[in-house]
Amino acid sequence: MTALLEVDNLSIHFPARNGVVRAADGISFRVDEGGTLGLVGESGCGKSVTALALLRLVPEPGWIAGGRIVFRGTDLMTLREKEVRPYRGRRIALVFQEPAAALNPVLSVGYQIAEGLIVHGMMKKKEALAEAARLMGQVRIPDAGRRVHEYPHQMSGGMRQRVMIAMALACRPALLVADEPTTALDVTLQAEILDLLRRLRDELGLALLLISHNLGVIAETADRVAVMYAGRIVEEAPVREIFRAPAHPYTAGLLRSMPRPGSSLVPGGAPRRLVAIEGSVPDLADLPAGCAFHPRCADVMPECRATAPTCRPLPDAAATTAAAVSPAAPDAASAAPRRVACFLQHDAAGLPRARPRWPTAPAVPR
Amino acid sequence: MSRPGSAAAAGPPLLEVRDLEKRFPIRRGLFARVSGQVRAVDGVSFEVRPGETLALVGESGSGKTTTGRLVLRLLEPSAGSIRFDGVDLMSLPERALRRMRRHLQVIFQDPYGSLNPRMTIGSIVREPLDIHRIGGSRAERDAMVERLLERVGLDAAMRRRYPHEFSGGQRQRIGVARAIALRPKLIVADEPVSALDVSVQAQVINLMVDLQEEYGCAYLFIAHDLALVERIADRVAVMYLGRIVETAPTGDLFRNPLHPYTRALLQAIPVPDPERARERTVLAGDPPSPAEPPPGCRFHPRCPVAIDICRREDPVLREAAPGHRAACHLAPGK
Repeated sequence: MTALLEVDNLSIHFPARNGVVRAADGISFRVDEGGTLGLVGESGCGKSVTALALLRLVPEPGWIAGGRIVFRGTDLMTLREKEVRPYRGRRIALVFQEPAAALNPVLSVGYQIAEGLIVHGMMKKKEALAEAARLMGQVRIPDAGRRVHEYPHQMSGGMRQRVMIAMALACRPALLVADEPTTALDVTLQAEILDLLRRLRDELGLALLLISHNLGVIAETADRVAVMYAGRIVEEAPVREIFRAPAHPYTAGLLRSMPRPGSSLVPGGAPRRLVAIEGSVPDLADLPAGCAFHPRCADVMPECRATAPTCRPLPDAAATTAAAVSPAAPDAASAAPRRVACFLQHDAAGLPRARPRWPTAPAVPR
Repeated sequence: MSRPGSAAAAGPPLLEVRDLEKRFPIRRGLFARVSGQVRAVDGVSFEVRPGETLALVGESGSGKTTTGRLVLRLLEPSAGSIRFDGVDLMSLPERALRRMRRHLQVIFQDPYGSLNPRMTIGSIVREPLDIHRIGGSRAERDAMVERLLERVGLDAAMRRRYPHEFSGGQRQRIGVARAIALRPKLIVADEPVSALDVSVQAQVINLMVDLQEEYGCAYLFIAHDLALVERIADRVAVMYLGRIVETAPTGDLFRNPLHPYTRALLQAIPVPDPERARERTVLAGDPPSPAEPPPGCRFHPRCPVAIDICRREDPVLREAAPGHRAACHLAPGK
């Protein structure tokens, strides 16, 4: 599968009292044409600012300190500001967490959907408004013809998020970047919006970069997953492999710590206590030396305290990949290798080490 | 669910809530005339037994948080009764109510907004001890505070620090220390971990589970995370638009959900397992406004299996199996 977007060694810095804060510290990932990359991370890990950086929209006083953002062969970092504009909203569109904050309260939702088409010179106003109504139908807003004239406050949270998606789709982008698109929504609405995103992706051949802290959301939607911790990507792999056999202790810890639905169906009952990761998420302005996860890692070694591991192909990637591809659904996303940044998997020179296995919670039938 | 043989099933209820209602006026226009009412909580009855965890689940607007606040008397109920430890809280005079509060504590959702930024964490945790005059002297209370902080996994030397010096998870531990300081019989925990980072949530949950086993306190656990509730609650009550639509022991509810809304909620949980087939009934439409609940069953406009009677008649919560009640015309019942 061909790469639509390739991010290579991207660094985003913010000024701090004593030097810089590295919100993204040399991160690399790719999104394939029509594929879905799930970017997982907790608050403050740098995932949202990474999304903005893709369109060179890092908020002041931050800046992109280095790296390449290659979209269909063009490195956006080499373009002049004016030349980036045709990418913003048109080839790469963004959907944010808070639809209430991202919509303009004094403009009708129809106009806001149409605005991109008008600004990018793709349509005249009247035509664009008709297109807005069609898009609202496409994102399953009932009675779109009438609601096109409504204002954001007249709509519920779920409907507003649909408007945001319609707005993002208006210019027929090739890549939709959705930053926690369902976090502000209730669980039944979350299910609807994820359903909608998956359907649109398949119908329109969109590629999706889905940013979320919710592993369930990622498991259901992504075909590849990148896990971010303290400004770095610690692991990247096809979705099935990362959930079946995580290679980084942080990923393994996250998977173990979240309660899985179905625990009451386990014979004898699951223990009430959960398996926690000790400690807390580090402050980007005050990172521990070496691997940023080492103070919380149960398998920490002396070298983890001294040096930060780089994200490298997992030594036994070929073997695990072959095992994960099920014959019924050949998974194109599995073709690219897994990568991990952990000295438990490879030494500083990239040579393989005995691969630790973390028990993952048993899958429970519902 | 996961505590076979726990004390949860036996004994008279610790908290008994009957037909609880809370109506908020809707004010409109220049003179803020009352133009209607929102029935945020509309006839809710449940009980919590000593030492058990009852989870109150539902989506935003279901009335679960309001219910918790009514139980704590942080809000005045419009109607209904609340009995706690055999005493009618509604008829209790202010001073007696304050004494009662010793046994009825709260953990709030937002660890950033619920700790006074001008107080050291030592005085935050000591405050309930001061108010209820526990311990003979200030020194004795300070010693208790140190033990409490250590019990929730914080360093006793941290008692001189201020809330802003702590992470979200640590702040929530402080909130837990304050809640258990008086060894209450019931703690109302309103979404105690939903504002925390995923990797920190399990720590706070484990602390709450351990403390319950040590002190035998009961939890009214208000939450929207059903996978978590399934793991830690003894019983569950599902709320929709101000009403309880289904209540059952946790295992029964998850094994055999009787209300179509409960089924939709369970199916909507995203499962962290990419191998699992995705099969769900997506609900049509949005939850209606509690200011204008639909006639008949409140869930009927979104219900995938609604029949004619659902549009006309409001179903009552009736028993379908021992301890398992559902408000649905289609649920089996006596």
